[in-house]
Amino acid sequence: MLLYEKKRDALIVRLTGELDHRAAESIRDELDGLIAGTNPRRLVFDLSGLQFMDSSGVGLIIGRYKRMKRRGGSVAVSKCDARIDKVLRMSGLYQIVERLA
Amino acid sequence: MTFVNEMRLDFDALPENEAFARLAVSGFMLPLDPTMEELADVKTAVSEAVTNAIVHGYSGGPGTVRLCAGYSRNGDFQVDVIDHGRGIEDIRQAMQPFFTTASGPEERTGMGFTVMESFMDDVDVRSKPGQGTTVRLTKRIRLREDQMLPRRA
Ligand SMILES: Nc1ncnc2c1ncn2[C@@H]1O[C@H](COP(=O)(O)OP(=O)(O)OP(=O)(O)O)[C@@H](O)[C@H]1O
Ligand SMILES: [Mg+2]
Repeated sequence: MLLYEKKRDALIVRLTGELDHRAAESIRDELDGLIAGTNPRRLVFDLSGLQFMDSSGVGLIIGRYKRMKRRGGSVAVSKCDARIDKVLRMSGLYQIVERLA
Repeated sequence: MTFVNEMRLDFDALPENEAFARLAVSGFMLPLDPTMEELADVKTAVSEAVTNAIVHGYSGGPGTVRLCAGYSRNGDFQVDVIDHGRGIEDIRQAMQPFFTTASGPEERTGMGFTVMESFMDDVDVRSKPGQGTTVRLTKRIRLREDQMLPRRA
């Protein structure tokens, strides 16, 4: 599930439930539509509502990072639990995506 | 390994069965009384292997994924994730961090095996090109002192 709000030039996307391959496929187009429609300079993933995430979630975030970069924008990730943080760290994600508290 | 409990499950290689596989394995493990942490470790690893079977093994096409799980009296837990899909040419290379054969819209980063290895005690991969892949995941679940499981009758 995906909830979002636009705060000035940032699009804040809150993901809930379990972010696996199936969920990633099903929200990818919706996310890209939101990016195209709201034209944010910054995309922030709020992961506080996620109960589960595997490497398919990493792929989803990196895919959106590439899209935002092409548009001259940036991506940040916030509020993930220790387990998800470990997966993101392992993947080298924090070298390209800012980690907020 | 001598098991005191075993299970086997076949399901279609469909993305909607990824969540089912995680739930089935965690339900099977409950008698071991794992911590939330241990349960989440196993769920994450199983999710990686099952997703690989579906997206790489069968390339998103039809097929069956099999889970065989068991645990020993002292809490050694093992699950095999088996597909009869395209198999892996070079297992060593496939297990390297960031190695992926996915391209285009698939958005994979090649971290699945690395995630499995970091959350399980051991990951053993057997594969033959054209015949399929078996990923064996093992983890010692710490039993409480009073918790020795009964021997199988
Ligand atoms: N069951 C399988 N059948 C055939 N090939 C596989 C299988 N599992 C893995 N592979 C091969 O091994 C590679 C690495 O797998 P791994 O899970 O580490 O990364 P990925 O699936 O490509 O990306 P990610 O898991 O980060 O989304 C895959 O790209 C694929 O080529
Ligand atoms: Mg994978």
